[in-house]
Amino acid sequence: MNIIEAQDINFYYGDFHALKNVSLNVAKNSVTAFIGPSGCGKSTFLRLLNRMNDLIPDTKLTGKCLINQEDIYAKKADVDALRKKVGMVFQKPNPFPKSIFENVAYGLRVNGIKGKDFIQNRVEESLKGAALWEEVKDKLGRSAYDLSGGQQQRLCIARALAIKPDILLMDEPASALDPISTSKIEDLIYTLKTEYTIVIVTHNMQQAARVSDTTGFFMLGELIEFSDTKKMFLNPDKEQTQNYITGRFG
Amino acid sequence: MRRAIERGIEMIFAASGMVTTVVILLIVAFLFKEGFGLFKSPAVEKGYALCVNADNPVEFISAADIKKIFNEEIEGWVPYRFDGDELSEKYEEEQFAGRLGEIIAETPKILAFIPEEYLPRNVKGVKILSGNTVIPKDFFLGKEWIPTATPAPQFGVLPLILGTLLVSLVAIFIATPLGIGVAIYLSELAQGRVRDILKPAIELLAGIPSVVYGFFGLVVLVPIVQRTFNLSVGETAFTGSIILAIMALPTIITVAEDAMRSTPRAMREASLALGATHWQTIYKVVIPYSISGISAAIVLGIGRAIGETMVVLMVTGNAAKMPSLFDAVRTIPATIAAELGEAPFGGVHYQALFVLGCVLFVITLFISITAELISKRQHNKGL
Ligand SMILES: Nc1ncnc2c1ncn2[C@@H]1O[C@H](COP(=O)(O)OP(=O)(O)OP(=O)(O)O)[C@@H](O)[C@H]1O
Ligand SMILES: [Mg+2]
Repeated sequence: MNIIEAQDINFYYGDFHALKNVSLNVAKNSVTAFIGPSGCGKSTFLRLLNRMNDLIPDTKLTGKCLINQEDIYAKKADVDALRKKVGMVFQKPNPFPKSIFENVAYGLRVNGIKGKDFIQNRVEESLKGAALWEEVKDKLGRSAYDLSGGQQQRLCIARALAIKPDILLMDEPASALDPISTSKIEDLIYTLKTEYTIVIVTHNMQQAARVSDTTGFFMLGELIEFSDTKKMFLNPDKEQTQNYITGRFG
Repeated sequence: MRRAIERGIEMIFAASGMVTTVVILLIVAFLFKEGFGLFKSPAVEKGYALCVNADNPVEFISAADIKKIFNEEIEGWVPYRFDGDELSEKYEEEQFAGRLGEIIAETPKILAFIPEEYLPRNVKGVKILSGNTVIPKDFFLGKEWIPTATPAPQFGVLPLILGTLLVSLVAIFIATPLGIGVAIYLSELAQGRVRDILKPAIELLAGIPSVVYGFFGLVVLVPIVQRTFNLSVGETAFTGSIILAIMALPTIITVAEDAMRSTPRAMREASLALGATHWQTIYKVVIPYSISGISAAIVLGIGRAIGETMVVLMVTGNAAKMPSLFDAVRTIPATIAAELGEAPFGGVHYQALFVLGCVLFVITLFISITAELISKRQHNKGL
């Protein structure tokens, strides 16, 4: 079953045509990776899935995007509810200037959850889910800013997991991290797959090949190729894809 | 060569920083030095002294009591005020001191107020109250401010301090919620174009001289307050507070708005991406993130309100009595501005006004420190 169905999407920043006729389907409990040269529209596409682009003034979208069979850009669509279903981890770690605990609890609190024990358990569960628990269990009250970059990124993942979304969007989650933290996050994606549908943007070909089931290749706002990851990396249909993967440009 | 120039520039900056600091400290020191002579100055009018009968055990009478005795509000005293015309009917000027000595020695309960040149010095039965200075207790707790009263000027600053606090605090209670509300509107809710017009317009308001606000207050606000609250006069503490609030608003709005807008987009996005609503994002992320800027805005607003002179002088009725909200009051800055010109240089009144300046300084210092502590605590609580 497809959890995301994008149909003929065009996106504009003012006059700039950032996404051109993009259509794709994402299956439930799969990992989808987007690759492509810088500025090709990967983040733009990711951010339209949880309507983050709404925050940017003077933008326009045409086409249809269904999540769980519902048009998320319909007039009566509930944006806040959508964002609870579609969690996001940003390219740069962006914890709140609050304690580690409060960072993870934030999503629960804003959703009106009050039970102290419930929050406590969910925070622990989420931190374990993000492979951070062992490192922070003794200092949950400390500022999130005291953590290293890699730990902060895993904290942001834990924060996103705490509200148990259906879909987890990750925009280059490991781009600022060392190889050890990176492999931790990759392992994490592997385990999270059983419960979540994951869409990840990455510049790292090996990473895309390692973690994803399906890969999409963007260039200049167009989705050039979208297919099974193995096929994409071993035997792509398009020459542009081949060139990009083998590092001839981008 | 390059290094030498850089070092030179560094030294210029360091020096100017130092000079500024020293100058400011000197100003404060000057204020306190001029003021604190007050508590060594005699409590009675300059050029006069008080005498009592030698059998009277009293050594000290406060300015307030002196006034009461001469107004015959305290029983058991016989106030005597020197009257040159009356004495000169029977006595030559050289005999004045002797005659006064006799009067005092004959009257056990007398309190005599006599010019220094006719003082009956070293006369048996006469005691000159030489240690009768203005004391801090009377100054800070006294309820009357009548610097030109005879025989003893009344320097009770309590009504002025309370007047200042009342007018400024009410102003801040009005201005803070409004100012922060507008700042939230501008930074979080207003459309780009509305904001682009409103923000510079509000900044412009901060630059309007206070007399203009005072004029507006006098002509427009005073009658409105009078009619709305059915008062005999519209010049009240409340009128002053409203005008001060209006004056403090532009500062509060611009500083708070700048602080809120400096919240990184990544923070807002993080919050919204977790399903928080726009409002939740504002009060759980934007406001905590900019809390030190917001409290700076409030402190600047209070600073403007407390130090403001012209406007309160114009619209608060300027009466130095114990304040109440719908009555005329007088504040410290208004008092200093109105009276410094007529106070004799170096005299008691002059010194008293300097102490008032010191009090104002201490009040503002106290408020800044409190605000600093609050914003620190808020910040730590956010963590
Ligand atoms: N807020 C914006 N306003 C105007 N143009 C934008 C905005 N954000 C992105 N763009 C433009 O849209 C295009 C796609 O940007 P996007 O951020 O989606 O690229 P990307 O594929 O994520 O690149 P990268 O790999 O460098 O992150 C770029 O050309 C960019 O300049
Ligand atoms: Mg990007």
